[in-house]
Amino acid sequence: MRKKEMMAMLLAGGQGSRLGILTMDKAKPAVAFGGKYRIIDFPMSNCVNSGVETVGILTQYQPLTLNQHIGIGVPWDLDTRNGGVATLAPHMREGEVGEWYSGTANAIYQNIDYIDANNPEYVLILSGDHIYKMDYSAMLKYHKEHNCDVTIAVLEVSMEEASRFGIMNADENDKIYEFEEKPEHPKSNLASMGIYIFTWDKLRAALIEDNKIHSDSDFGKHIIPSMLEKSMTLYAYRFKDYWKDVGTIESYWAANMELIKTLPEFNLYEYFWKIYTKSDLQPPMYSGINSDIKTSIVSEGCQVEGTVHHSVLSKNVTIEEGAIVKDSIIMENCHIGKNTIIERCIIDQNTVIGSNVKMGIGENVPNEEKPHIYNTGITVIGNNTIVPDNLEIGKNCVIYGNTKPENYENNKLESGKSVIIMEGAI
Amino acid sequence: MKAIGIILAGGNSERLKSLCKARAIAAMPVAAGYRAIDFALSNMSNSSIKKVAVITQYNSRSLQDHLSSAKWWDLDRKEGGLYIFTPFLSSDNNFWFRGIADSIYQNISFLKRSHEPYVVIASGEAIYKMDYQKVLEYHVEKNADITIVTKNVLDTTKDPHDFGVITMDENMRMVSFEEKPIESTSNDISLGIYVISRPLLIKLLENAIPKGYYDFVKDIILRNKQHLNIFAYKFDGYWNTLNSVEAYMETNMDFLKPEVLSILKTEPYITTKPSDDPSAKFNSTANVKNTIVGTGTIIDGNVSNSVLFRKVTISEGATVNNSIIMKSSYIGKNCVIENAIIDKEAVISDGKQVIGTPEEPVVISKGFVV
Repeated sequence: MRKKEMMAMLLAGGQGSRLGILTMDKAKPAVAFGGKYRIIDFPMSNCVNSGVETVGILTQYQPLTLNQHIGIGVPWDLDTRNGGVATLAPHMREGEVGEWYSGTANAIYQNIDYIDANNPEYVLILSGDHIYKMDYSAMLKYHKEHNCDVTIAVLEVSMEEASRFGIMNADENDKIYEFEEKPEHPKSNLASMGIYIFTWDKLRAALIEDNKIHSDSDFGKHIIPSMLEKSMTLYAYRFKDYWKDVGTIESYWAANMELIKTLPEFNLYEYFWKIYTKSDLQPPMYSGINSDIKTSIVSEGCQVEGTVHHSVLSKNVTIEEGAIVKDSIIMENCHIGKNTIIERCIIDQNTVIGSNVKMGIGENVPNEEKPHIYNTGITVIGNNTIVPDNLEIGKNCVIYGNTKPENYENNKLESGKSVIIMEGAI
Repeated sequence: MKAIGIILAGGNSERLKSLCKARAIAAMPVAAGYRAIDFALSNMSNSSIKKVAVITQYNSRSLQDHLSSAKWWDLDRKEGGLYIFTPFLSSDNNFWFRGIADSIYQNISFLKRSHEPYVVIASGEAIYKMDYQKVLEYHVEKNADITIVTKNVLDTTKDPHDFGVITMDENMRMVSFEEKPIESTSNDISLGIYVISRPLLIKLLENAIPKGYYDFVKDIILRNKQHLNIFAYKFDGYWNTLNSVEAYMETNMDFLKPEVLSILKTEPYITTKPSDDPSAKFNSTANVKNTIVGTGTIIDGNVSNSVLFRKVTISEGATVNNSIIMKSSYIGKNCVIENAIIDKEAVISDGKQVIGTPEEPVVISKGFVV
């Protein structure tokens, strides 16, 4: 294969367990975002817009939705002969038992052959978890200018937040001398964004060496510290633009809601750095005679006969007459019945909500089973779910599966309760 | 049944005025995000026709652009796929296409080098969803030489005088075919969709063209009417064609009706080249009723009974009613747009009014600034 200056390896195998039911049967990078996109579209589009046209996508947790989305790379024009996209799942090798990807660096270690076959000078390591636009070619230029072995993209966070991140301690030239994972008393506010450029032969050697010591080889825990120990050249690359981790129900909801402002901080409507996605369904959206849509994003194929305020609708969503949707995210192919009222809810794809349902009402009581996930008043409905007519559903509720009226006592689901039916989901 | 397809996309119409100045009719934008030819192309691919030629002449660049990657219709094949034929010069030919029959004859090697037994010929200028396999099956069942797809236009706005009018006997065998008759004897019009066996088409063309017969209807169908079995196949689904400004307006407005919009929303899908614009955005002062909206469009104003294509901007206080706003056009603050067709990339400055009548919509040309 033709030699490439830089290729990317995108870690897309994580579950993102704090997204609760949204990632029950799909990996976090496959979660819908901003109407028609999935989270992985952001790093993938950044790659092609930066001229990085060979991308290995490492999958492990629930890859079906992700694989269907990636295909042969058509959404990003990466269906090319030279390079393009490869989905890399854990695999068996001759003579030894196969193993899962046990750490971020271990996943790359297991695919050294793939990288060697592409013969790059530099390897860009990305994760499929964040919403941002970034020119990786500018970062590569910086990497070369500073003669780095590793360049790590960092974000300046507030000192209070710093103890939640991996923190880079660097000198006045941004040369890194120390890395601390979630330090109790941070010495700097340069938080790692999980985006690295490595000079490939240096990374290759480090991966092989570290695999002998750690079976769960990880970039932050093992590779970066060991490179620092060997006095290699590591620089922090400051990123000053919009970057959002959408790792929790609340942050996911808030990041979607930021998009509907008249002038959003993160603007999808500028065309010089386009975000690409799979565009298989293309009919226009229809706004009916009695519809009322304000401060919302509405995607292709939607049919709105009711009211939609402060909400994000993915593709092919139907909102029937008299229905009111407020402060909510509704993913593709959902159907909201007549006179149903939905407030501050996230409804995953292919779900049907009956008529005369009131959802997201009452006291803000954290979810009984998973209070650490559902505690900000947002009710979440899983994918392929059916919610029958005439129900009252509270806040911080979780509903999944083909639910029937008898699953709800007195046609009610109090705040903080869940109905999860694993059998016979549609 | 195996067939190859030919889509006729050469046309241009004076009745479309400035809308057709820079584009072929087949490249006309329809239904907020498609082009006319998407319908014929999708029908071909949805009918398992894997080798399709598009014959184009007038303003072919507008089409080439759209068809440059055939993958959106699954026509990026090793075997077969999409062929685009424009007139060309060679040692024994230096003519523009002199008629539909001539345009096929000048590309006769496409027919000769295929092995599929049948040919489906369709117009790229009509808006409809049709399973050509059903027409093929009918063609074989009737033991026909040529099958012509027809539609009864009695209950539509279409005037038979503008079309080819067909009469048939009780077995659906064609009795007469009159082009744009002054007095029509029937409400069944030809939709310009034909099924014919490939060897027969080659034979008929080779007989006609050297004698100077270049027209398909007059010279291929009518001249052979007596000794060929020509049958009509009645189509009763939605069909419209873009042969005038009024028809263009009507076709687009038809997509506000659920039964017509469902053509786009049900399988098999009509597909087009995607543009990956973000979703449509409705801001706090938007008020939109009975309207279809394409992707990337941002609305602050009032819109009713209209078709908004991609990347359109409707500013605050603007009122748009019963109008078509094409791609990337900008409607300024407090504008009033009524009964108008605003072609793409036009700018209507703040406070301006563009008002036509339902019978005679105003057309603002591509890129024009009001």
